[in-house]
Order: sequence, then structure tokens, then C-alpha cells
Amino acid sequence: MFQKMKKYRFLFEELVKRDFKKKYKRTVLGMLWSILSPLLTLAVMALVFSQFFGRSTEHYVIYLFCGNLLFSYFSDATNGGMRSLIGNAGIFTKVDVPKYMFLLSRNVQAFINFVLTLAVFLIFVIVEPGLPLRWSFLLLLYPIACITVFNIGVGMVLSALYVFFRDVEYLYGVFTMLLMYLSAIFYNISAYPLKIQYLFYANPIYVYIRYFRKIVIENDIPEPGFHLLCAFYALAMLGIGCWMYKKYNHRFLYYV
Amino acid sequence: MILELHDVAVRYITGDFKEIGIKEYVMRKLKHNYTVREFWAVDGVSFSLEKGDMLGIIGTNGAGKSTLLKAVSGIMEPTKGRVKREGTIAALLELGSGFDGDLTVKENTYLRGAMLGYTRKFMDETYRDIIDFAELEEYEDRPFKQLSSGMKSRLAFSIASLVRPDILILDEVLSVGDGAFRKKSENKMREIIGGGATTILVSHSLEQVREMCSKILWLHKGRQIEFGPDAEGICDRYQDFLDGKFKL
Repeated sequence: MFQKMKKYRFLFEELVKRDFKKKYKRTVLGMLWSILSPLLTLAVMALVFSQFFGRSTEHYVIYLFCGNLLFSYFSDATNGGMRSLIGNAGIFTKVDVPKYMFLLSRNVQAFINFVLTLAVFLIFVIVEPGLPLRWSFLLLLYPIACITVFNIGVGMVLSALYVFFRDVEYLYGVFTMLLMYLSAIFYNISAYPLKIQYLFYANPIYVYIRYFRKIVIENDIPEPGFHLLCAFYALAMLGIGCWMYKKYNHRFLYYV
Repeated sequence: MILELHDVAVRYITGDFKEIGIKEYVMRKLKHNYTVREFWAVDGVSFSLEKGDMLGIIGTNGAGKSTLLKAVSGIMEPTKGRVKREGTIAALLELGSGFDGDLTVKENTYLRGAMLGYTRKFMDETYRDIIDFAELEEYEDRPFKQLSSGMKSRLAFSIASLVRPDILILDEVLSVGDGAFRKKSENKMREIIGGGATTILVSHSLEQVREMCSKILWLHKGRQIEFGPDAEGICDRYQDFLDGKFKL
């Protein structure tokens, strides 16, 4: 494994560079746009929903931003990841390279995007009255690591499925939209009965968003069980993804 | 022994499964209209190559040449049998593919070098030679898609040959480019073989195969008809077969 990583490091770097250049080269705003787009979403959501949900939720803009930040990372990484195999079919049908490289390089790009938005998020937190930066913010690295692994896992499953069935793209689009509404990005679930509130924990994205809100807004460190749940979702997804790649590794060739 | 194939067989599947959606898949399954055909694209091929050998693979369309090369280069896993390789391998299957049209010539060169398994340091050292050999000095920073198809294959050939792999696979490569470049690339090929690399050449030009190859593998419908160092003899018999003097 270590030997393999060393061998393919150069290729990995070149792939990341390629994905980066392709994304930003032709837009004038370039990288700025990648920060601007979530900010615009945030602005519109804050404008529309503040009247309805903002009154019962403290620090509503930050609350919204937590949700948007993580959900757009998930959506960007998995949608890009889904296309990573098909998009590079011209390469892996001609040269023997590990196929997960394409997915990983796409995820690196999504991660960089996420970090840029995270920086803006922290500025928002500093500016917000009554929310100081605390040492406990370092714990945010944990849900970030978990969601990154989770994204890679989902990307593996999707990219494999997308090779076999091209309409996965549309189905996933609908699925992401539904998941967005179920992730409590702009509303607060405390109005629901307790049983229903627990159901939200079946949604991994909600769990990661909740972790962020606990640390940043509520100044509360989640329990060990909550940490386990975060890790469980990430590792389970990665496991399923790896299994699919291992099983279908040599079949992809016939479908592209 | 640098490359050894032992009774290699590859089962290929074709059928209606390409580019269909889940809906169509289910519908076809229900209507019993979903057919997948399996066939042996390569069946029972065994040969071995030494350092410095130049193998020519001949055979009509659909003989399984490209599939065999994919098994040799590790892109496909043989269904049966085994492939033993030693050293680095550079495969040039279908020229110009695997390049990215939006990246510049320079970026593509590095990307291709990385795909062939070389280090950044090595590419830094070799980059100038590659561009010089491909005669693309003026195009280094142009997007790849602006190049003519001849230029594209010149670049592909230059990268694959100048990085000095232990095994070099060329699929219909030498038949591209203008006369002058073809001459140059043939000379380069000889230099590589002289330098001890093992080369596999697929060409529809029997002349070229006769002239350059030290061993010949003749495939027909996936089966190995002949393999041996008697290039002239095998090529003669293949020519007779093409002329319809006998059937297989």
C-alpha cells in the first residue's frame, strides 16, 4: 500500500492539478467564485427564511451557514465523484492505473473548496456577537475528517453505479434535493416530538451538521456515542465503496 | 525472461448493457429482451519474450490483438492463465487517447509521463527531449485540442519512446505522421530495441512487420495460430491466408 502510494504520487499530483485547472481556468472570477456561490446561497436563504425560522433559533445566520457549509461540501464532492470514473474512461481503458485515483483527486478539489468556505465561515463566527472563537473549535476537525471519508465512500458507490446505469445522475439529483430538506439546514427540529427528532440521526449529513452546531453555537462537546455514530457512518460507507470497487474493478472496462 | 504469457484467455462480454438506465434495464429484463453475449476474445495464447525482442502481432480484424495487448499491459485481467511481467511497461493503445484537450501540451506531457509511472524528476529531465523529438517547440503552451492529429500522435510516440520503458507496446502507431516523422520514429524504434527494450508492435503493414520484428505472433479469432522467430515464414503463410490460398 505504502509502496503503491509512493509510486502513484506524481500521477495523483498531476490529476489534482488537472482537475483544478479545468475547474477554474475559464472563469474570470476563478477561485473567488467557489466562495461566492455558497455565500449567495446563504444570503438568499437568510433573506427568505429569517422571518419564519430565525425568530426561534439563536444565531440564525451561523445556524444556516453550518448546514450550508457541510451540505454543499457533501453535494459537491459526491456529484463530482460520481462522474470521476466515466470522465476518465479514456485514461483507464488505455493505461493501467488505479481507478480510485480519479475519485480521490476530485475529492481533494472539493476539499479545497470546502476549506475556503470554512475560512469565510469562521470569519462570520468571529463577527457574530456572542460567539467567541474557542479551543473546542479544534474538535471540528473530527466531523470534517468523518464527512470527507463519508464523501469518498458515497463517491465510490455512485461512480461505480454511474458506469452501469447512466440515469443514476438524475436519480441522485432528486435524492440530493430530498436529503437537503431532511438535513434541517434552515429549520430547527426542536418543534418535533422527541421520537421524530431521533429519526433525524439516521441522516449522516444531519449528524455532521449537528456536531458543528453543538460546538460553534451551543458551546457543547458531543458525547462519546455521538462521536461513534459519526465514525460509523463514514467507515460503513467507505467499506461499501471499497467493496464495490474491488468487486467491479475489472468489469468497468466493458461498460464504457 | 521479461514477459511471459501462459495459456492466457480473456472472456469478453458485449450486449445491450451499455449506456442504459435502470428503467430500461428493468424493462428489458421483464420482457426477456436483455441479452449479454460472452465470447472468448483471446483463447489459449502462450508466448515468452526476452530482453531486446521485437514481437509483431498479426491477424485480421477481430483477431483479439487489442484485447491481448490490454491483458499484457494489465488494463484487463485474464479470465484464465497468467501474465508475468518484469519492469516498467508503456502502452500506446490508440494514439492520442487519454490526453486532455483543455490542458496545454506541456501539462499533458507531464500527465502522460505520470500515467506511465515515471517520477517528476525524470520528467523534468526528459521533457525538453520529448518536445524536441515531437517537433512541437512552438506549441508547448497551446491547448492540446488545437493540435492536428498528426502532431498529437507525434507527441504520444515521443513520450512513450523517450521515457525508455522496459516493455513498449505500440498499437498501429507507426502508421501515423508524415513520411519524415515515420522515418524518424522507425529509427527511434531501432534505437530502443538496440538499447535492450522489449517491444510489441501491432501493425496492418506486413512490410513493416517483416522488416522490423524478430518474433511473430499470428492470431485468428482469439486463437494462437503461430508463434516463433521465423518472421519471414510466418508472414508468408499469413499472406497466403489473406490471399485466400487456404482457410483456417
